[in-house]
Amino acid sequence: MTDTSISQSSPLLDSKVPEGPIEDKWDNHRFKIKLVNPANKRKFRIIVVGTGLAGASAAATLAELGYNVDAFTYHDSPRRAHSISAQGGINAAKNYRNDGDSIYRLFYDTVKGGDYRSREANVYRLAQVSVDIIDQMTAQGVPFAREYGGLLDNRSFGGAQVSRTFYARGQTGQQLLLGAYQQMMRQVDAGKVNLHTDEEMLELVVKDGVAVGIVCRNVVTGEISKHSAHAVVLATGGYSNAFYLSTNAMACNTTAIWRAHRKGALFANPCFTQIHPTCIPASDEFQSKLTLMSESLRNDGRIWVPRNHDETRPAGQIPEAERFYYLEEKYPSFGNLVPRDVASRNAKTVVDQGLGVGPLKNGVYLDFADAIGRDGKDKIEERYGNLFQMYERITGEDPYRVPMRIYPATHYTMGGLWVDYNLMTTIPGCFSAGEANFSDHGANRLGASALMQGLADGYFVLPYTIGNYLAPLLGHDPVPTDDPAFVETEQDVKDRISRFLSIGGTRSPEYFHRELGKLVWEYIGMERNKAGLEKALTEIPALREEFWSDVRVLGNNESLNSSLEKVGRIADFFELGELMARDALDRTESCGGHFRIESQTPEGEALRDDENYSHVSAWEWKGPDTPQVKHAEELVFEEVELTQRSYK
Amino acid sequence: MSTRLNLTLSIWRQADADSPGRFETYPAKDIPDDASFLEMLDIVNEGLIENGQEPIEFPHDCREGICGTCGVMINGRAHGQEKGTATCQLHMRKFNDGDTIVIEPWRAAAFPVIKDLVVDRSPLDRIIEAGGYIGAPTGTAPDANEILIPKEVADSSMDAAACIGCGACVAACPNSAAQLFTSAKLWHLNSLPQGQTERFRRSENMVETMEEFFGSCTNHGECTEACPKEISQDFIAYMNRDYVKSKVFNRRLAGQH
Repeated sequence: MTDTSISQSSPLLDSKVPEGPIEDKWDNHRFKIKLVNPANKRKFRIIVVGTGLAGASAAATLAELGYNVDAFTYHDSPRRAHSISAQGGINAAKNYRNDGDSIYRLFYDTVKGGDYRSREANVYRLAQVSVDIIDQMTAQGVPFAREYGGLLDNRSFGGAQVSRTFYARGQTGQQLLLGAYQQMMRQVDAGKVNLHTDEEMLELVVKDGVAVGIVCRNVVTGEISKHSAHAVVLATGGYSNAFYLSTNAMACNTTAIWRAHRKGALFANPCFTQIHPTCIPASDEFQSKLTLMSESLRNDGRIWVPRNHDETRPAGQIPEAERFYYLEEKYPSFGNLVPRDVASRNAKTVVDQGLGVGPLKNGVYLDFADAIGRDGKDKIEERYGNLFQMYERITGEDPYRVPMRIYPATHYTMGGLWVDYNLMTTIPGCFSAGEANFSDHGANRLGASALMQGLADGYFVLPYTIGNYLAPLLGHDPVPTDDPAFVETEQDVKDRISRFLSIGGTRSPEYFHRELGKLVWEYIGMERNKAGLEKALTEIPALREEFWSDVRVLGNNESLNSSLEKVGRIADFFELGELMARDALDRTESCGGHFRIESQTPEGEALRDDENYSHVSAWEWKGPDTPQVKHAEELVFEEVELTQRSYK
Repeated sequence: MSTRLNLTLSIWRQADADSPGRFETYPAKDIPDDASFLEMLDIVNEGLIENGQEPIEFPHDCREGICGTCGVMINGRAHGQEKGTATCQLHMRKFNDGDTIVIEPWRAAAFPVIKDLVVDRSPLDRIIEAGGYIGAPTGTAPDANEILIPKEVADSSMDAAACIGCGACVAACPNSAAQLFTSAKLWHLNSLPQGQTERFRRSENMVETMEEFFGSCTNHGECTEACPKEISQDFIAYMNRDYVKSKVFNRRLAGQH
């Protein structure tokens, strides 16, 4: 273990936060950073990996500015990126409701919601540009919900007492992604974005400590290709699938950022994972994923469990007095709209007490009977129709008539590649945007903030800050792909693929993923403790060894082979899972989504240790058989006073 | 515990676009009726891998009915018989013990088979690339509330924008036409105030790109029937109207003649 009493930031982790009052930092920075003049931008080549909200918006904007962009996605179309599944909405400090919102309040709520483990300057910038995002997406034709007068509508979300969430039915992520995708396709048409579909990045190429390109495998043909550029942007999403069962799409993975980590990019706060409170509970071992029901449902649904452990009556027959509305009772001012970590942990508590509902007693009720009685079925259908329909398809139950059953599931990862204020990782030339980086959300992300951050990074931050890195490179061509750095990296990729195909074991990749997921969920899930995390640190490596000797990948490299794609991703999840445990063990405090049983208030809330852990933990790769070394970036709070979060 | 089903699957296997394909029969035993259709295929694939047989490749990703990756012909119908449902949202409780299920890839000349049940749908991206956007470069936007959009207009635009780009409309169409896909994007953008300046240019370019790849619409209506988002066929009529108008109103042409 490393020394945890670090009080100074590691010299590796210069956050580059600009001087000046918080509201002026971004303006000052934009003025001070170097620019690339319009005629020179076309001399630069930028690789963007991932075409979700962050990647597509970055690719589109960089191309509009005049850069040559190569955009990569392993999907058959950029529009498949998992941003598309976000349902509820996107926050912005527009104060259109006249309810007291402001940039400062969004900033404050986000820092507090993140349990004081994020960088103030980044969060303030996020709140500042949030208003531009809504303008931009509206101009692009995103059909946000409107009122009869033609103005934009809003809803409220967990962790906030204002209505600042913009939405497009229950498909906000889809509509925003399609907006960003269309902007990017416009640049494809203009010849400024070279789009590479079906291409999965398998390695980052680093020469003399600087990112110079990537190596990819075409998932359809198996062809390995090398791509060179002045800068590489990784916008490849989060790593919730380390848990196997999560709300992420099946292909979501950590490979791109993990390979960058192995090449020298520090990995920040890997144990900060978010468990979303409103998902459909698992029904059996065969289950391949969990499905999220938007948090917006908590605006109208009431969460409860029966007070009686042996309750057998259907929900509708349980009288009001025998229902335990545990969030409303415990947190009168926020009620059902407490932040996600609080809602999730409370659901676990009541289920662990044996009060769970459903055939496996592994859920809690989310009940719309009152809302339907108050507003009518039509109104509820208008707000949540597609969610209710989805629930009915999956469970075979009609939520207009019986309460939904929900339970928490892994959904988002706040941790990710460490980046400075410019969104650059510790490898010069390698940037990271969106969920793939660690910035902005601290130890817990508020609802409707992921879409905001992805688009902020891609539209309004990276396009400025990348110029500062590129400007001094004017006149330098990208490293040619026959350079030894590329040739060696390509060989590494080919060797690894051959190795997977030649193990010839007895069990499917899926089997190992499922078993790994069970360990990660058990020991690094909603609650963690020292004994469990130490177990994880022995059991995960043991299973990993078994994986490397007993996994069976059939077929060949030269055609579509989803087992081969999957096995490489799982190999990286094994290494990441171990780091998540190491980080969670090191951080003996509780904060946000990271709940150490040993560190809680008398009321059972997360108890921070600001004296020793008010820092970002960023881990440095030291080779496959050596534990990573921790570096700390001290968090300085000048604006927000650190308090015990209270949502009562 | 859920009820278990024993099924017989007749599945199209094809090594690549150039190889001939064939139906293979597989038993699917002890399938829980709470499983989704794709989870049923997962279970079959794990059995195949255990027996040393190559698993069946099928398209899938989000498994929430929104990414549009999945989609197969189930007993001759795109996404199966349940209306308004993508393949991933179809659950086995809709089938009966002892059923034989025929599973094929999307059938359309514009969608060549990549392997087994996976096809190449990239022509749909070519249609979007041809004009399925509003030219609003980053940083140029006015305040969002300066553009007033009546609720009915925003709702109608959203009805069209809900398209997930799965290609079921093409697969279901006897002519393999992509009119429903194209018209949904056109109505999403053409119905909004922001979409007016490029309306006719967009309509002309997207329709003509569509025609390079796909068959022609003869109003069978199979597309809407198969659409997992139940996108209305009415949008095709709006598209045709805008396309005809584009030939008259296209400002570039009007200026030249």
